[in-house]
Amino acid sequence: MIKVENLTKSFGPKMAVNNVSFTVQRGEVLGFLGPNGAGKSTTMRMVTGFLPPTAGRVTIGTHDMLEDPVPAKRLIGYLPESAPCYSDMTVHGFLSFAAEIRGLRGDAIKTAVQRAVEMCFLENVLHQSVDTLSKGYRHRTCFAQSIIHDPEILVMDEPTDGLDPNQKHEIRQLIKRMGEKKAIIFSTHILEEVEAVCSRAIIIDRGTVVANGTPQELKRKAPNAGAILLRVTGVAAEAVTGKLRAVDGAERVQLVKEEGSTVTVRVLPKSSANGEFSRAVGAAAQGWRVEELHIEEGKLDEYFRSITASDTAKK
Amino acid sequence: MGNITTIAKRELSAYFASPVAYVFIVIFLLLTGFFTFMVGGFFERNEANLTAFFLWHPWLYLFLVPAVGMRVWSEERRQGTIELLMTMPITPWQAIMGKFLASWAFLALALALTFPVVVTVKYLGNPDLGVAAGSYIGSLLLAGAYLAITCLTSALTRNQVVAFIISVVICLFLILAGWPPVTNILTKALPDNRWIVELVSAFSVMTHFEDFQRGVVDSRHLLFFLSVIGFSLFSTSVVLRSLRS
Repeated sequence: MIKVENLTKSFGPKMAVNNVSFTVQRGEVLGFLGPNGAGKSTTMRMVTGFLPPTAGRVTIGTHDMLEDPVPAKRLIGYLPESAPCYSDMTVHGFLSFAAEIRGLRGDAIKTAVQRAVEMCFLENVLHQSVDTLSKGYRHRTCFAQSIIHDPEILVMDEPTDGLDPNQKHEIRQLIKRMGEKKAIIFSTHILEEVEAVCSRAIIIDRGTVVANGTPQELKRKAPNAGAILLRVTGVAAEAVTGKLRAVDGAERVQLVKEEGSTVTVRVLPKSSANGEFSRAVGAAAQGWRVEELHIEEGKLDEYFRSITASDTAKK
Repeated sequence: MGNITTIAKRELSAYFASPVAYVFIVIFLLLTGFFTFMVGGFFERNEANLTAFFLWHPWLYLFLVPAVGMRVWSEERRQGTIELLMTMPITPWQAIMGKFLASWAFLALALALTFPVVVTVKYLGNPDLGVAAGSYIGSLLLAGAYLAITCLTSALTRNQVVAFIISVVICLFLILAGWPPVTNILTKALPDNRWIVELVSAFSVMTHFEDFQRGVVDSRHLLFFLSVIGFSLFSTSVVLRSLRS
């Protein structure tokens, strides 16, 4: 549904997006990750046709965004980053306008507004001016606008930003449900959201794609993925690390925490974890009072930190 | 066409959503009345015509039209709704036309509400209604030209006040270029080069509004106002495109 090829955008000498390519099929939810200023919003603005790319192509359905913008835009629902709404209108007026400009007429407008209002829980503020809404309601109003015409493609820039935990959960469920029938791109900073909602994730850093895969694939690439975490009581830390270091296939042993007589260590394998290795660690732990032993799955945020440059990190 | 109507409807409802629209209309009507009867000396003229009424329109519009049009694009930019508007399945041209026509319709409404002046003149004497109609057409075109210029300046900035000031300055130039006190100075300064004076005053709305006030709807003057509107709106589309790249 969405095909992005070699998309590049420069603002003067600054490369905001550099040679980004990806596709999103119907039934896919693509999570867009990256540090602030990585080029997420710029990419989304090019996908939705707000910004023309410096180079590259965006194809929506069968329409090229540059050559055939109006039919391409018709297929998209878009929630911009700051969730802008016409503040001089009521929620109802704003949504009716959105429906009308999307080409709906007469009763179709009424039903579309009704449906979007129900999906986004806006009944209470329907006749309130957008001006007077709280941030959460305003965000959901803009969200409602993006789904008013039941688009085949949804592009959302930080859809859960500024919502309370309950609303976040609702919106995530909504995205997940809609993702079964639509092609969805959404950007976020919240990595747990990606695991909860996305079928695939792209990590973008300084304008280029640095990772692309399912959340499980990405997690497996995290530095600690496959390591064994072991918590034992009543044994000295040196004895534990010394013995584990000698285990066949152990690359390195990290002392995670030492609390009184309880010692927590992490054993990192040389190659990716396998049954052999965990059995060897288990054998080494024979005779200790083991409180906990598990294979780490790898965390998305560890992987994220390992591949993206942080501007707060010391050079 | 449908999209233009949708945009225009939204714009008009935005005007009337706040008291600003009503305040504007009241101020406009009070000022036209004040200038016609107090400053223009309507009764002292002892003529049953609308000269004293239309005479002041270029000056009245100088402040009132930029006040109406200043928010058209700057507000979209400030609130970020331009990102919504430009990702809707419409062409930029439809958005520009929709917004312009809505504001123009609003000005037309304000102008139409001055009808009691016509009724007064009709009651007092036997005015030429053809002249009145021509003057109204000219006045509406004048407002349209100012408005198109304001749309352009409004697209240039996020700040309504800046848009207001720049458009007042441009419109003031369009008045002064053909205002008799200024043209007289020019004629004195350049006695041998009359064509320069004529060239400068050809850019003025005063020169072109004059004939309308006599009831003459000349195609040249029509063309002038329409080309000011066309040029300004085209420039608006160029500005909006450059904003997005």
